[in-house]
Amino acid sequence: MHALYPLILGALLFSLGLYGVLARRSAIAVLMALELLLNAVTLNLVAYGSILRDRYGTGQVFTLFIITVAAAETGLGLAIVLLLYRQRATADLGVQRELAEPVESFGADELAATDDYGVLR
Amino acid sequence: MNTLAFASLLLPAFGSAVTFAGGRDLRHVKFWSTAPIALALVGTILVAISHGTGGTSTETYTIGTAGEFHIEIGTRVSGLAALTAVLVAAVALCVQSYSTSYLGGEPRYASYAALISLFTAAMLTVVYAADLIVLLIGWEVMGACSYFLIGHYWEREIARAASIKAFLMTVAGDVPFLFGLIALGVQAGSFQVHDVIASADGNALSHPGWIAALLLCGVLGKSAQFPLHSWLPDAMAGPTPISALIHAATMVAAGIYLVALLYPVFVLAPDVLVVMAVIAAITMLGAALCALAQTDVKRILAYSTVSQLAYMLGGLAVNGRSQAVYLLIVHGFFKALLFLAAGVVIHRVGSNELSRMGGLRFRMPVAYTTMTIGLLALAGVPPLSGFFGKEAVLGAAYNATGEFAVPGRIVLVAGLITAGVTAAYALRLWLGMFHGPFPDAPHEHEERIEAPQTELIPLVLLAIPAALLGVVALFGNGFSQVVGGASGESGSLLGAFAVDLWPGGMTTLLSLLFVLGGAGLVYLFWRRDPKADPAVPLLGSLRGLLLDGFRFDALIGLAVVRPVRAAAKLVAFLDENVVDAYVRGSGVGARGLGTVLRRLQTGSVQFYLTCLFLGVLVMAAVYAYVGTVS
Repeated sequence: MHALYPLILGALLFSLGLYGVLARRSAIAVLMALELLLNAVTLNLVAYGSILRDRYGTGQVFTLFIITVAAAETGLGLAIVLLLYRQRATADLGVQRELAEPVESFGADELAATDDYGVLR
Repeated sequence: MNTLAFASLLLPAFGSAVTFAGGRDLRHVKFWSTAPIALALVGTILVAISHGTGGTSTETYTIGTAGEFHIEIGTRVSGLAALTAVLVAAVALCVQSYSTSYLGGEPRYASYAALISLFTAAMLTVVYAADLIVLLIGWEVMGACSYFLIGHYWEREIARAASIKAFLMTVAGDVPFLFGLIALGVQAGSFQVHDVIASADGNALSHPGWIAALLLCGVLGKSAQFPLHSWLPDAMAGPTPISALIHAATMVAAGIYLVALLYPVFVLAPDVLVVMAVIAAITMLGAALCALAQTDVKRILAYSTVSQLAYMLGGLAVNGRSQAVYLLIVHGFFKALLFLAAGVVIHRVGSNELSRMGGLRFRMPVAYTTMTIGLLALAGVPPLSGFFGKEAVLGAAYNATGEFAVPGRIVLVAGLITAGVTAAYALRLWLGMFHGPFPDAPHEHEERIEAPQTELIPLVLLAIPAALLGVVALFGNGFSQVVGGASGESGSLLGAFAVDLWPGGMTTLLSLLFVLGGAGLVYLFWRRDPKADPAVPLLGSLRGLLLDGFRFDALIGLAVVRPVRAAAKLVAFLDENVVDAYVRGSGVGARGLGTVLRRLQTGSVQFYLTCLFLGVLVMAAVYAYVGTVS
C-alpha cells in the first residue's frame, strides 16, 4: 500500500476535526471533533512508524497512550458538558461568553479608580 | 596627653547621647549636660598644661581608606588647639550651667542641652582633629547643631526663617570649602593636618592660591564675614545662651581657628590675603556701624561679634597669627559674658529692645558690673583683655612688611576707625541699658530684680578672664611661644620667631584717640537727652539704612533668592509638564493598547482556538519560508 494514503486520510481527518472544533456550536459535537483530531494524529504516528520502519514501535506505543488519554479526556469532557447543560439548560458553546471582557463598559471603572497621574488609588 | 584630649572630646558627646536617650525626661538632664563638660574642661586644661610651649603631638588610628588616602581618627594637640579647647570647654560649661536655670523649666530643655553638648563635642573635634576629613565632620555637625538651636523656638516664624538662613548661608560657604579641603589633601598627598602643614611649609602645593580661596569661602560662611555675614544677626532668634555659645567659642570661632590652623597654606597665597584684608575691613567697619544703629540688644551684640571676627580675620591677613588667636580667645570670654549678662537683663525686663531698658544699674548690680567689664573689654579700654587683643592686631597690621604691607594698610585704617565706632556702640549700649530713666516696663518699683545664683555665677566666672586675660600680653612673647609663632610649627616657612603682643606706641595712641572720640560723641548726644537714643542724632538719615544692615538682605533677595526662586519654578514646570508627561503618557498609552487588545477577548472559546490555529499556521509558514531561503 502506498504510504500516501494513510497520510492523506490523516490530513482529511484532521481537517474535519478542526472544522468541527472551530465551527460547530454543540459541545458534544466539539468533543467528537476533538476525537477526530486525536485519531488523525494517531493515524499519522502509526503511518510514520511503518514508513520509517521504526523497530521499537514508538509510534504504536504513543498511539496506545493517546487512545488511553483520549478515553479519559472524553470522560472528563462529557462530565463537563453534562454539568454545563444541567446549569444552563443548553450545550451551545456560542452563548458561553461569561469570560469575555465587557468592552463597552471598559475604562469607566478604572478611570474612576485612578488619580490624575494614572496611578491606582 | 593625646588620649586625654580624645577623652575630653568624647565626654560632651557621651553626655549628649545620654541626654538624647533620656527623651523628654528632665530629671537627669542638668547633671548629664554639665558634668561631662566640666570633666572635659578639666581634661582640656590638663592637656594644655602638659603640652606646655611649642611643638605638636599627634596620635591617630586609621579608620578607613578612601582610594589611596587614609582617614584617621585621633587627636593633634598643638598650642593653638590646647588653648582654643580650654576656651571652648570653659564657655560651654558656663553656658550649660547658666542654661540649667535660664531654660531649665522649658519642656524642650532636654533636647536643647543635648544639642549644646553635641555642639561642644563637634567644636572640640574641629579643634583637636588630626585629619582634615574628621575636622570637616566636626565642622558640619556644628552647622547642623546651630540649625537646630537657632530654631529652638520653632513655633515662631522668625526662628524658623533664621535657622534656615543660617544653614543655607554657612553651607553656601561649605561647598567650596569641601573642594578646597579635598584639593589640599590631594596635593599634599595626605589628609593629615601635620602632613598638610609640612607640605605647605615646604612649598610643595601646586595651587595654594586656589586652595586658600576655596577654604576662605567656608571660613567666611562659618565666621559670618561679608558677604555671608547676615545669618548671624538673624540667629538671635534662638535662646540667648545659644548666642553666647555660637558667638564666643564654637561656630564662628571655628572659621578663624581653621585659618590659624592651616596658616602656612594661606601665607603661600598673598592675593588671598589681600582679599581677606579687604573683606575684613568691609566687615569690621560695616558691622560696627550697623551695631551702632540697632535697637535690639542681642542684634547689637551680634553685629559686634561680626565686627570683632573681622578684626581676627584682619589680623590673620597681616601675618598676625598669634595676635588673631589671642583676640579670638579673649573675645570668646568677653563675648560669652556679654551675651549671658544681656540674657539676664532680657529675662528680667521681658524685652530685647534697648528702649525698654534703662537705669538698671541699681537693680541688677551683678549684671551691671559684669556687663560693664565686658563692654569695656569690647571697646578696648586699657587694662582689660579686649584692649590688648585689639592692640595686638593693630600692631601686627602696623608692623606688616613685604607681601603683608598692602593688607596691613587696609586693616590698620579700617581697624582704627572701627575702634572708635566700637567704643561708640559699646557706650550707647551701656548707657541705654543701665543708665538714664527707666521706661514703663514691668518691675516699676525700685528694688533689686537680680537673677538666680546659677545664672550669676557663670557671669562672674567669665568676667575674671575677660578682665584679666590681658596680663598674658605682659609676659612678652610667652603666648606666641605657646601658640607657635607665626606658623604654628617650629622650623616652618616663616621661621620659629615669636611675636610680642605688647601694644605698640603709635597704633595704641591713635586707637585710644579714636576710642575717646567715638565714646565722647555718643556721650555728648546722650547728655543732651538721656531718654532718647544717641544714635538717632548721631547717624541722622543713615540710621534707617544701618538698621537694615545696609539693606544687604534685600540685595541678597534680589541677586540670589529671586533667581533661585525663578529657577525652582522652571524646574517645577519642567518636572510637571515634561518629565511627568512621559510618565503619564506611558500610562495612557498602555491603557489605550489594552483597550484595543481587550476587543479580542470575546469569550468565545472557538474564536480563541481559531486564533491559535492561525498563529500556528503563520509560524509554520515562516518556518518553512526560512527553511527554503537558507
